[in-house]
Order: sequence, then structure tokens, then C-alpha cells
Amino acid sequence: MTMIRRTVLGALAALPLMGFGPQVAQAADTIVIGEVNSYTRLPAFTEPYKKGWQLAIEQINAAGGIDGKQLEVISRDDTGDPATAIRIAEELVAKEGAVLIFGTFLSNIGLAVSDFAQQKQVLFLASEPLSDAIVWSKGNKYTYRLRPSTHMQAAMLAEQAAKLDAVKWATVAPNYAYGHDAVKAFKSELSKLRPDVEFVEEQWPPVFKIDAGSTVRALEASKPDAIFNVTFGGDLAKFVREGSLRFLFEDRAVASLLTGEPEYLHPLGNETPDGWIVTGYPPADIDTDSHNAFAKAYTDKFGEAPKTGSIVGYNSVLAIAAALTKAGSTDTEALLAAMEGLEVTDSPTGPFMFRAADHQSTMGAYVGKTALVDGEPKMVDWTYADGAAYLPSEEEAAKLRPAE
Amino acid sequence: MGFYFAQLLTGLANASSLFLIASGLSIIFGVTRIVNFAHGSFYMVGAYLAYTIVTALNGGIFGFWFSIIAAAAIVGVIGLLIEMTILRRIYRAPELFQLVATFGVVLIFQDATLAIWGAEDLLGPRAPGLDRAVRIMGEPIPEYDLALIAIGPAVLAGIWLLFHKTRWGVLVRAATEDREMVGALGVNQAWLFSAAFVLGAFLAGLGGALQIPREAVSLQMDLSIIGEAFVVVVIGGMGSVSGAFVAAVLISVLNAFAILIFPQISIVLPFIVMAVVLILRPYGLFGKPGSEHVGTEEPEQPLKLMSQKSTMVLLAAVMVLAFSPAVTADFTSILLVDVMVATLFAVSLHFMMGIGGMVSFGHAAYFGVGAYAAAMMVKFLGFGMLPAMLLAPFFAAAAALFFGWFCVRLSGVYLAMLTMAAAQILWGVTFQWQAFTGGDDGILGVWPAEWASSDKVYFYIAFVLCLGGIWFLRRVAHSPFGYTLRGIRDSQTRAEAIGVDTKFHQWMGFVVAGSLAGLAGVVFAFSKGSVFPDTLGIAQSIDGLIMVLLGGIHALAGPIFGAVAFVMIEDWVTRLDYWRFIFGGIILVVVLLAPDGIAGGVNRLIRAILPNQKGGAA
Repeated sequence: MTMIRRTVLGALAALPLMGFGPQVAQAADTIVIGEVNSYTRLPAFTEPYKKGWQLAIEQINAAGGIDGKQLEVISRDDTGDPATAIRIAEELVAKEGAVLIFGTFLSNIGLAVSDFAQQKQVLFLASEPLSDAIVWSKGNKYTYRLRPSTHMQAAMLAEQAAKLDAVKWATVAPNYAYGHDAVKAFKSELSKLRPDVEFVEEQWPPVFKIDAGSTVRALEASKPDAIFNVTFGGDLAKFVREGSLRFLFEDRAVASLLTGEPEYLHPLGNETPDGWIVTGYPPADIDTDSHNAFAKAYTDKFGEAPKTGSIVGYNSVLAIAAALTKAGSTDTEALLAAMEGLEVTDSPTGPFMFRAADHQSTMGAYVGKTALVDGEPKMVDWTYADGAAYLPSEEEAAKLRPAE
Repeated sequence: MGFYFAQLLTGLANASSLFLIASGLSIIFGVTRIVNFAHGSFYMVGAYLAYTIVTALNGGIFGFWFSIIAAAAIVGVIGLLIEMTILRRIYRAPELFQLVATFGVVLIFQDATLAIWGAEDLLGPRAPGLDRAVRIMGEPIPEYDLALIAIGPAVLAGIWLLFHKTRWGVLVRAATEDREMVGALGVNQAWLFSAAFVLGAFLAGLGGALQIPREAVSLQMDLSIIGEAFVVVVIGGMGSVSGAFVAAVLISVLNAFAILIFPQISIVLPFIVMAVVLILRPYGLFGKPGSEHVGTEEPEQPLKLMSQKSTMVLLAAVMVLAFSPAVTADFTSILLVDVMVATLFAVSLHFMMGIGGMVSFGHAAYFGVGAYAAAMMVKFLGFGMLPAMLLAPFFAAAAALFFGWFCVRLSGVYLAMLTMAAAQILWGVTFQWQAFTGGDDGILGVWPAEWASSDKVYFYIAFVLCLGGIWFLRRVAHSPFGYTLRGIRDSQTRAEAIGVDTKFHQWMGFVVAGSLAGLAGVVFAFSKGSVFPDTLGIAQSIDGLIMVLLGGIHALAGPIFGAVAFVMIEDWVTRLDYWRFIFGGIILVVVLLAPDGIAGGVNRLIRAILPNQKGGAA
């Protein structure tokens, strides 16, 4: 009896291990792509992004896939934790047979996964993280990045800011790497164009915990001519509201990073400030054939207008499809070779390519001004800023990267 | 002058917001002893409800204030439902166990809010009639800020009247002082608890609703406020509502002025203030000795060595684990490494809480120090993996030695919050000191040495270190030192009377727990290849706490059950949509089925199946 009991107990103890055995490889006629993002931590941005890549996958598969093979994305939530993201990436590669990984939003998760990609020798396309470190100071052979980086977007704003009369600038940015990078890039780019400007005040509120009233007061006290803002999301709404209540923006120019993106602009509603110089994305007003086709398909499928995340998700898959086609195989070395200088000739935002020297794409952003048009927040007077114009030359960029 | 006065007013307006949420938390803790993690969720839901009602009514000044009160009232009703369906069933569970249930509620609320109101931030209207700024001494002050400055003290006065002029209030205060005595005098405790919980939830909802003219309603509101709310309650003294008011003013006004001089300070300022206050006044500003509450219950049964059969089962499980890499794929080994790291972390926390009687809300500090020490030795000093692994736990020990000295002077919730302050200050320094720690970009490239880089080899390294650590803590628990610690936990006075240096023993217990958490951090760092400030964060500490409590604090096997269940379930549910809802639901089911934790539940199950056994999970 005791023996039986022990056997049973032993078997029970081993039970949890079942289901963890090696799985059967995927069917040969699909290409599996792994995707990781902060779906529960940052749904406001990642939901449109997910819809974007879903649409692109659907369209590519409907058109016959890549060399007759269908694309399949296995998507997972990283819960906002870099350690979890790495475990998931491992599982996507080792268990699901993903040929490459894309996604991530938060910069630290992007960096963690890029480091994982280097260690495990798998291609990683960082779709959304903006951190300059991903392609420069901590860049590696296996990591490419799609979205225009902090540095690029700050440079776009600096170019417009330089045209203003303002000399005394104050900055407000969330206190983490993104904010630090943005302020640093804006300062250096603006000072290059306008050596006469001075920066008189810096505010570093904790991200998503801004004490907006006090911050506004501190900025006001320095009496700047203009303000460079990096806060976003809930912090931005608070900052705008407290700032306009306290007349901070009266007769002051404001350059504001990302504020023109529908994700951040739309929630401001009828309190949208007038005439802020912003980077962003005006989905309803871009009148090119590619964008019209994309916007129509997106709106038909999801019943809402695309947002910045949608474009990022969509272009990610376009880039991956182009790389798979060019490589003609799913082998990592072939994919890496294909990514170098990879050109995506047609996308809703126009053509872009991945620079061989620093693995940054030249996808651009839209630069314009905020305004309320018929009670709706919008970007007006916008132009498309091609990313290539705001990047250091490939030689300079290569020097920013660690030696391989 | 006008400028500084205006800054003061801004600080006071913030203080009112903070006070409203903290007062409810303080009342709930004072009466029911529940450390209510869901308080931030009440606050968030209050804001969402107010947004919905205000925009639906669109009814001018009256409509606005009616909506605020209505939203708060609905949150009060939600609080009542939670109290009656969940918390009331587990009041008899070990102290602190209820916080696991409130953690489950937090998860459920996060996904429910997302499902109902969507992901996008919602910017409500400004308060009608109070939507501009007035000039005071030439400085623009928003009218709504002035209203808030009035509302805070008004609510404080209302609570004071309620507590001093009504019979119910007197009973609440009596229950805060001595709830057994109140029960003995024939007061229906169940309804007293419910009413206190409803009042607390109402105040949290009110706090959230009053925020809508100031900020966009977002899904981050719950977690962004809860830490500070606890800090305010603790600085004020647990259960002291007026203390919470003073603390809220202190923190908010300090912050308003501090950012003029040192803008980066905001991320840790509340925790620095709390640490200073607790070091100077161990019961907060207005707390009384005895308000710390957690820890001293009736002494539990002595630890038993395991029966022969239990030992065999345990050895079988360890053997299965040891041979698992032979039959499973590589990614399973990765998951099992995570499980082992979490288990060692939870066991070390349990050593501190269960054996040492010192609750920690900041155990991640030592986990993170271990991880960072190893990463820095590898990156900056060029150490190999093994020397870094062996040396890094000593840095965690040093950190525990330093912070522990301060912490063991306190007890109960105050001790727990000081450990949290220590962890948050370490986190803030790591986060901010980019040149040294890499800031939030972390330290990359901390992978195992070449010979250990295969997942299977690293599995065995983790196996040896983690199981070795767990075995060591188990040995210590059964050693004279462990027994002394348990004696101190059960009765500090008696331990002192027989000549035990209680503080010193607790201090050393703190260091042992910290070192082993550091070892877990080391194994973690090399398995992930990178470390980030998250390893020191509140979320990491809370995960550990949930593992220990969910597993069962009264059994040595508790944290093992808890950690394995937590990691495995989380790994599984995150594959699903709305996984937080499901995860929260699972936690609530476990809490209701096994109020003595998983270990207790398993024990009862074994006894039910094998009536002649005594159960072995001691």
C-alpha cells in the first residue's frame, strides 16, 4: 500500500512537467513571427499598434503570403516587465519556432530584448521604443529599429524652434531615459542652429506622477520665451490644463514632442492648446494613394481611424515582409544581410529604408501645429519630415555604436 | 513673496487630494487591520464614474457636484460588496492575509476598467463656476485649487464630528484601540467593519472623483497613488486621520518647494520624508504605541521536522526537478529557473516574516542589490561569472546590515513601511544615477560565462544555488538561532526577560534574509542578461509578499507553494486576453478556499485523503 501511495505521489509530483515537452515543429507552409509588447501596461498605445500589424498580416496573407508561405504572428504580453519579456522571447524562439522577433514599446524592454537577441542570435525589429541607445550606444548586430527615434523627433522640432525669435528656453520632461535623451538632443540640435539660445530652467516630473501645478509655477518663475515639452499621456493633459489655467502658455511658443500623435492629442479634446509645434501623425489629412488605401482598409476593419501605433504596427510588418522576401529564407544570417539597407518602397507614410551603419530606419514623422478645428483637436500646417534628414551621417552614426 | 505664497497654495491643493485617499485608507486599516491595496482602485473607479456621470448629466454646477457625490457613493457600494463577499470571510486568517485578496481585487479592477472605459485617457470637464484662475498677490491661482484647499479640512472636520459626536464613530474609535474588547462588549463587529470599509471606499472614490477637473482619467491612476497614500498614512500614524492630514500637507508642500531647487527629487521625496519621520518617531507623527498591529498573534505551534514520508515526497520532487532538463525543452528550463529564483526570493522573505516576525514591503531592495552588484562586477570590473556570483550576495548583506539596523527598531506595519522606504530610496538612486548604474536603461550584457551559456547548464547552476539557499534557510530555521528568532516574534518581552538581545537577533535575521534574497537576485541577473531598476521596485517586493502570504505564512513550505503557483499561473494566464481579470479571480478563489494559504489547504487536503497522516508540510 505504501509503495503504491509513493508511486502515485511521485507521479503526481511529475504532473506539472507534462505539457512542457518539446513540441512538434510548425507546419512547413507558414512562417512564424514572434511579437512582444506591453499590451496590459500601455493599452492606449499598443491596441492601435496591434490592429496595425494584424491588418498588414491579413493583407499580405490574402495576397498569397511570402513565397507562397503564410505569415503567422504569435503575440504575447510582456506585462511591462523586462524579465518577463525575455522569458517570452525565449519561448517564442525556442518553442514556437519564431524566425524573428518584433515589437516592444518601453525603452528598457526594447533594450532587454535587443540584448537577448544578440545573445541568442536572432533578429529583433524594435518597432516602437524611441531610445537612442537601442541603435547607438547599445546597438548590436541583431537589432533594427523602425520608429523615428527620440533624437530624430527632437531634431525635427529643433529645426522649427530655431525659426522662432525665442532665446530663453525652459524644458519639462518626464524623469527617465526618454525625457533625458529628448532634452539633450533638443538642446544640442537647437544650439547648433541657434548658438544664441540659452536654457534657463529644467523640470523633471516623475513619469505619470507629475505635480502639474507646482511644475507649471516653477517654469513660469524662470520667465522663458519658449518651452520644450516632453511629457505625454496623463502627464500632458495635467500639464496643459494647469498651464493654461495659470497663463503659462500666453505669448509663449511651445515645442512639444509626440503631442501631435492621435493617442496623445485626442484626449486633450477642446482644451487642445493652439499653435504648439509638435511631431505627430494627422491620419485624416494625409492624401496619398498608399495612405488612403491603408486608412480605408483600417477604418473598414476596425471602425475607427488609425493612430500612430497603427502605422508603426503596419510598417513593422511591411518591413518584415520585405526582409523575408529579400532574404529568400528564414535563416537569421540571411535575414540580417537582407536588413542591411533594406528598402521598403511603398508604405502609408512613404518609402523608407534601414541604414546599414546604425540599423535605424529612415521612416519619418509629421511636423506641424496643434489646433482645434470644428471642436476637434488636429494637426495643421504639417509637413512630412523624412527621417533621413535628421540622422547623423552613416559614418558618424557608426562611431556612436560599440565596436563589434 | 507672492510667488512663494502661490506655490504654498498649490501644495495645499495637492495635499487635500492626497488626504482624501489617505484618510480612507487610514480608517480601513484602523478598524479592520486590512492593508488595502485596492484603495488605489477605488480612487481610479471613482474618477471614471465621476467622468461618466458628469458628461452624461452635463448639468452645470449642481450636476457637477451631484456627480462627484454620486460617484463616491457608488464606490462606497462597491466597497460594501467586496467587504461582504470576500473580506468578511477571511478576517480570521493570519494578519496581512487579506492584502492578498485586495491584490486580487486590484487586478480585476484594472481589466474591468479597461473593458468598460477603454484604453484612451479621458479628460473630463473643468468644474463649472470654478474653471478659471483668480489673482492673489498678482499670481494666478486656479479657483478649483482654492475649492480643494477648503474641501480637505472640511472632510477632516466631518470625519472628526462623525468620530466624536456619533455613537457609531465612538465605536469605530474604540475598535481602532481594541477591537476584541469592542466585540466582547457585544458590538456587532461585522457591521462595524463593513461600515468602516464603506466609509473608506467612499472617501477614496471622492478623492478620485474630485480629480477630474485637474487631470485626465487614466488606467495608471490606481498604482500611481497607492504608494504615496500608504506613505501619508504611515507618516501620520496608522489609524490617525488628523495625522494623515498633517502628513499630506507636509509631503505636498515640501514637494512644491523642493522641485524649485532640485526637480529630480520628486521620485523619492515622500519615501525620504517617511524614512526620516519613522527613524525619529517609530509610530509616525501621531500614531500611538500599539498601532503597528501586524505580527503579534497567539504563538503558533513549534516547527516540526518533517516526517519520513514527507521527506521522501520532497526528495522525489527535487529529483524530478533535477532530471527535468533531460526530458523537457530548453524554454522549460528557463521557466524553471524563474520558478527557482522566485522560490528562493519568497523563502528568504518568509524567513524574515514568518520566522522573524518582521513584515517587509521592500524585500526587493536586497534582490536588486544582489543583481546590480553582480552586473556591475561583470561590466565594470571585468569579473567572471562565478566570482561575481559568490561576491554579490555580500553586497546584499551589507545593504541589509545598513537598512536592517534602522528597521529592527520598529515593528509591525511601521517596520514594513520603512523597508519599503529603503527599497524606494535605493530604487530612486539607481534610477537617477545614470552615470553609475545606467539609470532606467539598466545594465546589459550580463550573460553567463561561455561554458554555462547553454540553458541546461545554467539550469543546474541555478538549481545548486537556489536549492542550496532554500536548504540553508531551512537549516537556520531549525537551528537555535531560528528558534530564538521565533521566540522573539512570539513574545519580545519574554525573550528579553530570559536575556536574549532581541534587536541584535532580529538584525541578524534581517541580514540572513537579505543575503539570500541577494543570491536570488544574482541568479536572476545572469539568467536574464540584463538588470533594470525594476528589480528593486515595489512590484517585485509585492510579488514576493503575495507569494509568501498566498502560500501560507505559518508553514516553511508555504513560500515554496506560493512562488511555484504564482510564477506558473502567471506564465500561463498572460497568454490570454484579460489575463489580469482571470489571475485576480484565481487569487480570490484560492484565498476563499484556503484562508490559511496554499500550504494550509494542501495540509487539510492530505489529512482528508489520508486520515491517519498528520500532514508533513511543516
